[in-house]
Amino acid sequence: MTKQITAGDINAHDKELLNDLQDALANCMKCGNCMAVCPIYKETSKESSVARGKISLMEAVLNGTLPITAGFDTIMAKCLNCKSCTSKCPCGVKADELILRGRHAAVKARGLHPIKKNVFRLLRNRQLFDFALKMGGTFGPLTFKKIPGKMAAVSRFPMPGMDAKRATAPISSSPLRSQHPEVIKVANPKFRVAFFTGCTINYMYTDVGESVINVLKENDVEVVIPGTQHCCGTPVYVSGDFDLAKEMAKKTIETFEKFNVDYVIGACGSCTEALKEYPHWLHDDKEWHARAEKIAKKTYEISEFLVDVLDFRKDTLGPVNATVTMHDPCHMVRGLKVTKQPRDVLKAIPGLNFVEMKDCDRCCGSGGSFSLANYELSRQINDKKVANIANTKADIVATSCGTCRMHIQDGILQNNMNQDVVHTVQLLDRAYQAGKRK
Amino acid sequence: MQNTHIEALKKIVGQDHVLTSPEDLYTYSYDATPGHAHMPEVVVIPGNTQEISEIMKFANENKIPVYTRGSGTNLSAGTVPTKGGIVLLMARFNKIIEVDLENLVAVVEVGVVVADLNDEVAKSGLIYPPDPGTVATATMGGTISENAGGLRGLKYGVSKHYVMGLEVVLANGDILKTGGKNVKDVSGYDMTKLFTGAEGTLGVLTRAIVKLVPAPEARKSMMAIFKDLDDAGKAVSGIIAAKIIPATLEILDNATIRTVEDYAKVGLPLDAEAVLLIEVDGIPEVVEKEAVKVMDVLKSNNAAEVQIAKTDAERDQLWAARRAALPALAKLRPTTYVEDATVPRSKVPAFLKAVNDIAKRNNVTIGTFGHAGDGNMHPTIVCDLRNKEEMERVYKAMDEMFKAAVELNGTLSGEHGIGLGKLPWMELQHGPQGMNAMKAIKRALDPNLILNPGKLVGEC
Repeated sequence: MTKQITAGDINAHDKELLNDLQDALANCMKCGNCMAVCPIYKETSKESSVARGKISLMEAVLNGTLPITAGFDTIMAKCLNCKSCTSKCPCGVKADELILRGRHAAVKARGLHPIKKNVFRLLRNRQLFDFALKMGGTFGPLTFKKIPGKMAAVSRFPMPGMDAKRATAPISSSPLRSQHPEVIKVANPKFRVAFFTGCTINYMYTDVGESVINVLKENDVEVVIPGTQHCCGTPVYVSGDFDLAKEMAKKTIETFEKFNVDYVIGACGSCTEALKEYPHWLHDDKEWHARAEKIAKKTYEISEFLVDVLDFRKDTLGPVNATVTMHDPCHMVRGLKVTKQPRDVLKAIPGLNFVEMKDCDRCCGSGGSFSLANYELSRQINDKKVANIANTKADIVATSCGTCRMHIQDGILQNNMNQDVVHTVQLLDRAYQAGKRK
Repeated sequence: MQNTHIEALKKIVGQDHVLTSPEDLYTYSYDATPGHAHMPEVVVIPGNTQEISEIMKFANENKIPVYTRGSGTNLSAGTVPTKGGIVLLMARFNKIIEVDLENLVAVVEVGVVVADLNDEVAKSGLIYPPDPGTVATATMGGTISENAGGLRGLKYGVSKHYVMGLEVVLANGDILKTGGKNVKDVSGYDMTKLFTGAEGTLGVLTRAIVKLVPAPEARKSMMAIFKDLDDAGKAVSGIIAAKIIPATLEILDNATIRTVEDYAKVGLPLDAEAVLLIEVDGIPEVVEKEAVKVMDVLKSNNAAEVQIAKTDAERDQLWAARRAALPALAKLRPTTYVEDATVPRSKVPAFLKAVNDIAKRNNVTIGTFGHAGDGNMHPTIVCDLRNKEEMERVYKAMDEMFKAAVELNGTLSGEHGIGLGKLPWMELQHGPQGMNAMKAIKRALDPNLILNPGKLVGEC
């Protein structure tokens, strides 16, 4: 039998954590408004799925009614971190963060899940991680079968922790950062920016990275791609391993401090949000907090940068004749609150017919690695998204997050549809290319 | 509860629909009412009426308490399983069975979320009028059982005015059908009304036949600011006296105005004693006419400022203050009690004054907003449940507040129900005779007292 850890044990272990939580949890008035917007609750109809239930369970642990069990752990894990509950809460309870604190408590009390522990061990060592994924890219074709015309692949063999039908993105045979020099110069640079590639763009969706570089060059921006940058830490942070997440944040800050740039650009809602959230992650360390603030202030998501800072050039745009709809990733809409700018980008492209889908800002069910651990559940959520996409009659779905792209592409293939899912900036890149052919 | 009991329940509904882990049980120990929590012994999620009938037979024979639950958004502790036993979760009863356009009724299973029914009937230009604040989450069964109301109560009434028929499973497992699609139906006791608002103490609702009404073609919103509370009260009576029944007629008191302004900065004057928000709806020509009349009444009763919304955006702006009322108050302190004591509408200013005095006397924070047009007030007490000394003052204030409402010929609840939360004052309102009659009905239909025991009429 596993040792049951009581509130008393945790209290002794981390008093501050406990006190912080208690006050924040007390602000939840259990009104249940979160139930109306939680994608998981909509599928399961179980109180433990929704923020109200999770918050009450944390209270139960804190008041000593319940110990932190494997069941508690599982319940805390059943959250997409989509922030819908938080944005809906009339009392301003930051439920998404509290649930992460619940995971943190579980990690402290019970340790990380063994699979996660191994993955995180790999993530901790950048060189090893880089080596592993490069090997994955080299030998990938042996294990993954590419689906023609799409950035998608299915496994040839059963893979542990992954549904056999599931389509993922192929691992690139050559990561983005290996294909470019660290500094990409332009003739008369308006700005010098650093590109935070994130893991999915570096190792899988190199096409997005190419488009970011092309679009910035097209707008006379010098691009620096720091070679030693690594994962932003989000997967670790949302798993409740705050200590490793902080370590990774510090490494990222150090890496980007070395370059004298005007801005730091990300092309994924979650990674960009992480960089902006570093001051919060490191709030209890004065020196690091100040350094994090500096980076956070410079950080922009690509469409936000193109619209708000650059006022990107439109005179050289050529036509892209297609109908496009847009999915707002949770960390774009509720994290960064960037929704207008990607639409401005799409609407500026000649020939592109933009159609809004129903519930464009509802979570697709991906939730980073959530969809790996809970594939059936995340498919049900995804099917609703895919049905809304089908209703728009669009040929292309634009979105600004790698894992959303992968998950929605999978949903589209599973539903025997043929839309392509791309990053918003890829369509802008296509328009610039079309302009050159004119 | 014995293991054999749980096994028997699993046989009825299937293994997957019985929850027993401590974590699951804990998450069904509360509803949206502060200060009441108790763990059930098992959560059972039936899939059809027959299963419920079998569960009830079994529970009745073994004298196991049964607490029927929808989304658990209720504000009277009505779904808290105070004596353990079975929480009967109605989540799988989620089908809209029929929208009958010839008779303008809908037949629904009770687990259907109210907003989902409204989305469905909106396609045919209809509405199901009861619209509690939690309409996006609350279920039909829950709102019918609690007799929920909402913002449109003045013109459209509460749940009981729309329930035409029910399918109910009684305590002994008998399946009963009441009412039907008949507009006129005077055959026998009104069993439909009896089970509506019974808070799960008389039977388990499984299906409902509800009345739908045409969606109003047009609406117009107005806001008036009053420096004097009595003027606001006179304006409310004046509107009704002018033979206008607005869809909504809301009031915010000074404590709420100050809190809302501090939190949402919607531009309300801090020294105003009351804000009235009015919406008239219906046929465009009538709406125009009524809006003009309402504006006249507001002005002639010394409204310091009157605004009318010309566009949807302006309407949203006017309503921002009302929408912010509860969130703004709730954010002040950790614990929030939203009460719904109701008085005849002519007594609204007197009640607001009484609540103000009670708050001051007991040194507790109470902001009052609510439905002035139907007298349904929401004195909202904010406090910290963890502070014992403060809670004593809060309970004392609550006691004085409900007494004040009853003294003004009011009622304990206009739309939330009694549950456990307001049980202590039931006899004050209904007298021993009223309580005896209600208890007799309870004992007749549920002789073993297993259905939501101890609630609404108390111990029998």
